[in-house]
Amino acid sequence: MSIHLHNPPLLAVRDLCVEFATRKGPVTAVRSVNLQVAKGETLGIVGESGSGKSVTSYAVMRILDRAGRIVSGGIEFGGMQLHDASEDMMSDLRGREISMIFQNPRAALNPIRTVGKQIEDVLIRHAQATHEQAKAKAIEALERVRIRDAARRYHAYPFELSGGMCQRVVIAIALACKPQLLIADEPTTGLDVTTQKAVMELVRELTRSEGMSTLLITHDLGLAGEYCDRIVVMEKGEVVEQQDTANLFTAPAHPYTRRLIRSTPHAAATIRDLMPDDQRLPLPPTMIVSAEPLLEVKNLVKQFDAPGGVLQRIKNRGKKEAGYRAVDNVSFSIARGESVGLVGESGCGKSTTSAMVMRLLDATAGSIRFKGQELTAVTAAAFARSPQRRELQMVFQDPHESLNPRATAAQSIADPLLRLEGMTNNAEIRARVEALATQVGLQHELLDRLPHQLSGGQKARVGIARAISTKPELLILDEPTAALDVSVQAVVLNLLADLKAEFGMSYLFVSHDLEVVRLLCDRVIVMRAGSIVESGPTAQVLSAPQAEYTRELLSAIPRPAHLPAHGAPVAEAVRA
Amino acid sequence: MNDAVMTSPIAAAAPRTSAWSRGFAHFRYVMTSNPVTFLAFVMLAAMIAVAVFGPSLVPHDPLATAADKALKPPTWQHWFGTDQLGRDVFSRVVVATRLDLLISVSAVALSFVCGALMGACAGYWGGWFDKLSGRMLDTIMAFPLFVLAMGIVAAAGNTIQNIVIATAIINLPFYARVARAEVSIRRNAGYVQAARLSGNSELRILIAKILPNTLPPMMVQLSLNMGWAILNAAGLSFIGLGVRPPTAEWGIMVAEGANYIVSGEWWLALFPGAALMLAVFTFNLLGDGLRDLVDPQRRT
Repeated sequence: MSIHLHNPPLLAVRDLCVEFATRKGPVTAVRSVNLQVAKGETLGIVGESGSGKSVTSYAVMRILDRAGRIVSGGIEFGGMQLHDASEDMMSDLRGREISMIFQNPRAALNPIRTVGKQIEDVLIRHAQATHEQAKAKAIEALERVRIRDAARRYHAYPFELSGGMCQRVVIAIALACKPQLLIADEPTTGLDVTTQKAVMELVRELTRSEGMSTLLITHDLGLAGEYCDRIVVMEKGEVVEQQDTANLFTAPAHPYTRRLIRSTPHAAATIRDLMPDDQRLPLPPTMIVSAEPLLEVKNLVKQFDAPGGVLQRIKNRGKKEAGYRAVDNVSFSIARGESVGLVGESGCGKSTTSAMVMRLLDATAGSIRFKGQELTAVTAAAFARSPQRRELQMVFQDPHESLNPRATAAQSIADPLLRLEGMTNNAEIRARVEALATQVGLQHELLDRLPHQLSGGQKARVGIARAISTKPELLILDEPTAALDVSVQAVVLNLLADLKAEFGMSYLFVSHDLEVVRLLCDRVIVMRAGSIVESGPTAQVLSAPQAEYTRELLSAIPRPAHLPAHGAPVAEAVRA
Repeated sequence: MNDAVMTSPIAAAAPRTSAWSRGFAHFRYVMTSNPVTFLAFVMLAAMIAVAVFGPSLVPHDPLATAADKALKPPTWQHWFGTDQLGRDVFSRVVVATRLDLLISVSAVALSFVCGALMGACAGYWGGWFDKLSGRMLDTIMAFPLFVLAMGIVAAAGNTIQNIVIATAIINLPFYARVARAEVSIRRNAGYVQAARLSGNSELRILIAKILPNTLPPMMVQLSLNMGWAILNAAGLSFIGLGVRPPTAEWGIMVAEGANYIVSGEWWLALFPGAALMLAVFTFNLLGDGLRDLVDPQRRT
């Protein structure tokens, strides 16, 4: 901290308190937060959802929504007081002195204006360019974020660009006026790991060469560890710890920081290592009951028709490759009691594959044999009435979106019991639902709540309880923890491992997160562009990858140098 | 398991209450949070009370004529004055409430049910039904709607039943389009996929899982259309198609009264017109409140 005392910091937040007016009265979202960002420094704010990390950054930009207000405290930026600055002054500062990158790049761009025009808007608004030079400057800005063929991309609309490209454009807009401070609010959440790496390295390089300060807001401790000089840890609206990155990982002072580091899968040897010491149970036995496969997928193909009307179809008639092959000749098998990880980046066909195995989608060609029976014989539309429906179930990616907003938790869990088990007695159903809730660790009084009244972890438990209610033999887990905080993810992963041991289920675990797959799966399949690139036992594939693509994926995972290696005890230094 | 992480203390302490009391608490919240909504519901309640009890409470027989009392301005005996046949305008305005509400409610209910089902099927399955129903609705929309209603009533005959059907047909496209859009964005939502995995048939998914979730935007449409349906029914009577004299109905009363405005007998047209305006106003105010009532996200 000593270096910051000599120069006045670029941004200083002092005792900031932010309140939101809600139906139940005012709620304090941020409570006496103190933080400073020096010139040229990259500060990370790390915390789980609801920790107030985003609210803090919105307060700095003065873009809190109408219900929120700064109750007390000060925000000083380069000698200016921002907490009571006028809207005129703020709108002049935003974009010119302080810029922000948001989480969803596609939502941050205007869909009906070309990206070049959007960069020009910012330049002209802040008098950085005249109308005549704006185009040249905009193309230059696009080149700076390393968009190939920038002169042509200048005319592209956001929908024509990939997620990573859109985020580059957003960065180009943010940096167009060479601001002094860049606030990046979860800039890479939702992007693939390789894209994440490219985007983060671009940000680091550009901010370094311009001498900018960066405020990186993220839930990913690994990401913050790799790219930040200093890290602020927030919990429930308060700063619990503020340290240099190296110190934070080697000597975390606050118990919450220790728990957060422990929950991050990078350092764990087994899923039990993710849990706090006092809640660690012995590992469930790994059990592959027999080598006889439960599920056998052979030469699976899914082809989507080319878009277009009758004319287009007549033109394409006779051509073999009309349309788009999402899954191309995929074969794998899952043994009883085995858990198999299916990994790959977005668009690789892993979700399409799992939807076909789950019989939500009909395959174009290939066979899916489950317990020796051919599943493709029954169409996806008719499979709801098949006796095998109850043996194949799924946990969805987004726990919120996968629950009917009008159904209580109990009604959601009871749905398969009513339809697949044919249960009619209300008291019996309630008893079964309560038993399931106990198994997934959901308090019974939460059963009468609607989804929006539950937390993310509670919703995930409802989704899991629903999926296991018919005691399925194969459970597909489609990124079941992608939307969850790390500490909740730790709990859910452990729950899944316990349930698997208890019911003897097989898992097909679809994920983009290799670290999570490493902890939960016996075998792993890596997919790219519709085909399998590599498969084998988890330890072998992840430690000695054969395919170039697997190596690329592994190296893209942010892994701070200070973080202990796999299996090493985390907070030993502190306790000693 | 580690429940401390998962549950806030407030969540654990919340008592289990019955669906009715929760529903009532939510109703009370919606009413108190927005005074305009509260006003709209009070006006609606008053209108329903007048429709139900009005005919048995009015001071005069709405059809009784008295030549000696024709065209008298408002007095303490006849609050809204008397018409050209000496009938009490106040009694007629009150009695007409039932008929006007009945026509508009049944017309809107009919087009709501048919439109929602049609739009939902089109949005869920798409294909030829979507194309066919879409073009049919476009055809209806291509006519000036009031003229279309006039044509239907003139062709099918001048009965209350035909007014209801005509009003329902011209309102059908609005419901069908809203339902189609709302259903098609939810067709592959996570909870719909989950319902498929739970063994629900496609029809059950559509009716029991998707349709209820489209209610909030449909409710706004419903309340706007109610006011419009009342105007439409009154309009048909005004031009002589629809309810026939001497039945008490706001549209006819305005039409008959219009002839006397020039000669200074303003009360004949003013009071039924004001009643009509009040009814339309009430339904238009009702929209947001109805949406908030049926939206589960507004509950805590």
